Amino acid sequence: MKPYLRDKIPVGFEEIPDAPAYEAGYLVTKNAGWRNKRPVINSQKCVGCLRCYMYCPDGVIYKKDGKVDIDYDFCKGCEICRKVCKIGAIEMEAEK
Amino acid sequence: MALNAKTLSDEEYFYGHKACAGCGGSLAVRMALKVLGENSVAVLPAGCMSAVGFNFPQLCFSNNAIISTFAGTASMLTGIEAGLRAQGITDFHAVGFAGDGGTADIGIQALSGAIDRNDNIIYICYDNEAYMNTGIQKSSLTPFGARTTTTPAGENIRGNLRPKKNMFEIVAAHDIPYAATASIGYIDDFINKVEKASKINGTKYIHVIAPCPTGWGVATDETVDIAKEVVDCGLWYLAEYEDGGYKLNYRPKKFTDAADYLKRQGRFKHLTDDDIDIIKASRDKKWAYIDKNFK
Amino acid sequence: MARKFLSGNEAFAEGIRLARPQVISAYPITPQTIVVERLSEMVEDNSLKAEFIHVESEHSALSCAMGASAVGARAFTATSSQGLLYMAECLTYASGGRFPIVMMNANRSTALPWNIYGDQRDSISLLDSGWIQAYAENAQESLDLALMSYYIAEHPTVLTPFMVNLDGFVLTHTYEVADVPTALQADEFLPPFKTENKLDLKNPKNLGFSAGPETNTAFKYKEHLGLLNSKPIIKEAEEKFEKIFGRKYTGLTENYKTEDAEYIIITLGSISGLVKETVDWLRENGRKVGMLRLRYLRPFPSEEIASAAGKAKAIAVLEKDISFGNEGTVYTNVNSALYKHGLTIPSSNYIGGLGGRNISEEKIERIFDELEDRETKVTFLEIGGDR
Repeated sequence: MKPYLRDKIPVGFEEIPDAPAYEAGYLVTKNAGWRNKRPVINSQKCVGCLRCYMYCPDGVIYKKDGKVDIDYDFCKGCEICRKVCKIGAIEMEAEK
Repeated sequence: MALNAKTLSDEEYFYGHKACAGCGGSLAVRMALKVLGENSVAVLPAGCMSAVGFNFPQLCFSNNAIISTFAGTASMLTGIEAGLRAQGITDFHAVGFAGDGGTADIGIQALSGAIDRNDNIIYICYDNEAYMNTGIQKSSLTPFGARTTTTPAGENIRGNLRPKKNMFEIVAAHDIPYAATASIGYIDDFINKVEKASKINGTKYIHVIAPCPTGWGVATDETVDIAKEVVDCGLWYLAEYEDGGYKLNYRPKKFTDAADYLKRQGRFKHLTDDDIDIIKASRDKKWAYIDKNFK
Repeated sequence: MARKFLSGNEAFAEGIRLARPQVISAYPITPQTIVVERLSEMVEDNSLKAEFIHVESEHSALSCAMGASAVGARAFTATSSQGLLYMAECLTYASGGRFPIVMMNANRSTALPWNIYGDQRDSISLLDSGWIQAYAENAQESLDLALMSYYIAEHPTVLTPFMVNLDGFVLTHTYEVADVPTALQADEFLPPFKTENKLDLKNPKNLGFSAGPETNTAFKYKEHLGLLNSKPIIKEAEEKFEKIFGRKYTGLTENYKTEDAEYIIITLGSISGLVKETVDWLRENGRKVGMLRLRYLRPFPSEEIASAAGKAKAIAVLEKDISFGNEGTVYTNVNSALYKHGLTIPSSNYIGGLGGRNISEEKIERIFDELEDRETKVTFLEIGGDR
């Protein structure tokens, strides 16, 4: 299972475990704020070669209907996906 | 069947981490875990990947994972493997992810001990060629000529004066069951080596080049490209050690210009033509050795 | 139960065999070696089913034990002196991670100058590393502590690593008769290790993580509580132990004729036997003297010290360590306990036995003599006071 966002942020004394040991894959913050540009996939052009999926350091590109989509909550905007796409199906758009 | 984008698991185990944008190390960890699966028990020493993945309550591994001491990646893996086996549990992979300093400097003793005992573990060194987590200081895997914050390039000394330590062959000299070099620029080669390692009994070592845009002085989108170029220009190579012998996986017919590889990185900007000639000569010497000794 | 003629190291190994650790990782160092040699023989002859890991250093010994403990296996290691100092980083790691590992430490002097003989500077310099620290007096107590340490360390309210200290050579290599319980008795006493604090394939966890300023104090306070919680569990363990094995222990301290004593020596470890003998024959001569043995330094027996020494006219702390530039660390701790309890008894510090120097009965008698001057001073046996 992929680590995912939780509602509860354990910071109170009673919520903190006795040992530094906690449920695996417990996320409380997104990485979306790191970006000033976002990759956008042109699904007309995309051939589903999955190079972007394979090379994304954050694993935010996932397979969808034979092509790919992006989890913008955790994309940092590094542009590796755009760079490795051989057919130019990914373009960067400025974040507003 | 070889692993590729289609056959690799869709699952993500390392997610939501705070690594720099374009981090090569995080790609190596992500892909290795996709190969090894949910029963991976990962050990990460103090270093980039533990610093970005384990900030309570933001915990970015969905598999079992633990930070070890800086020197103790291999020894903690040993304990985990023995502890689970002692309880009759065998369907797991004890896998370590340590950086270049954590492997070739402070962790080499424990690693050597684990290989000597032939403990059933997978040790992956993600090599970004300096202590990046503490701010780009020289490690013994920093290449000749590189500027780091402890090997400044000035009028008297032009960056790091020593060549990269040959970890792959040091490890192989233990007569380890399986060792390999890889690069995140050749991701299919890397994941297939992880897959192969996962099926071998005893100690396995994979040394994967994982560029750090911050420390290397390249744009965040160049990580993969430059990890490919270091192989294509012959300054790194893809090889395996198995059954007592070396095997070369890829022989570029003609090297791309190493000067191009070096000059595009901030850490090598200061190099003179003479410096680059030294680097090329050392590359050619290495390849003469490889061509002679690797199958 | 079988009676055997055993050295301290061998007695401890017998206790560990009965505790059934699943992983043993150790690196040799004098005078600890015998305990790991015996354990490796027990693994070889199948009287102990454990993974014996030949690590390449003490750092790896404890790191490996932490790995084993982190997946819920019972782990053991042993070391001494420089080895203990070499693994010091892992000591705070194990306590912070709440891994209830048991370690035997053969107390030995620390370099420089090199010296292989016994004093307690190694373990006492690591008093703040978050481990329970017990000091055995003899072979029997060593064996019994090997068993009891796991009971205490692994208790869910404690989850704290446990260091059992045996004086190098004087205890580790001296042969005495000891009762070795049967495996059946030992199993009745010590349940298998169960913990939630582990990497679990069915319930994955992230362990050993970073905790920033916001939560760090809470984690450290909980670690502190683990040590404090061990006090009632030590009592519980000793009561259960007595029921099964018939031997009685007295918690964090052992009072020896302190009830009406005017002058008390507070000490720890194997020297206690000789202090007891001295107390006996001084009492035959009408002197009201006694001894208080600190069986544990962590958790620290503040209340026990105040209650045992509260009515004394003067006390002395006899210890085999020195915190350079200050005084003996046990003395500092004892004075703190007395002060906290509103007691202003003259207390003096005798530092002896460094690098294995013999402490004779005459020396102990002289300490009792000097106590009658009711001074507060720090003295190095054989050398003298502060200059």
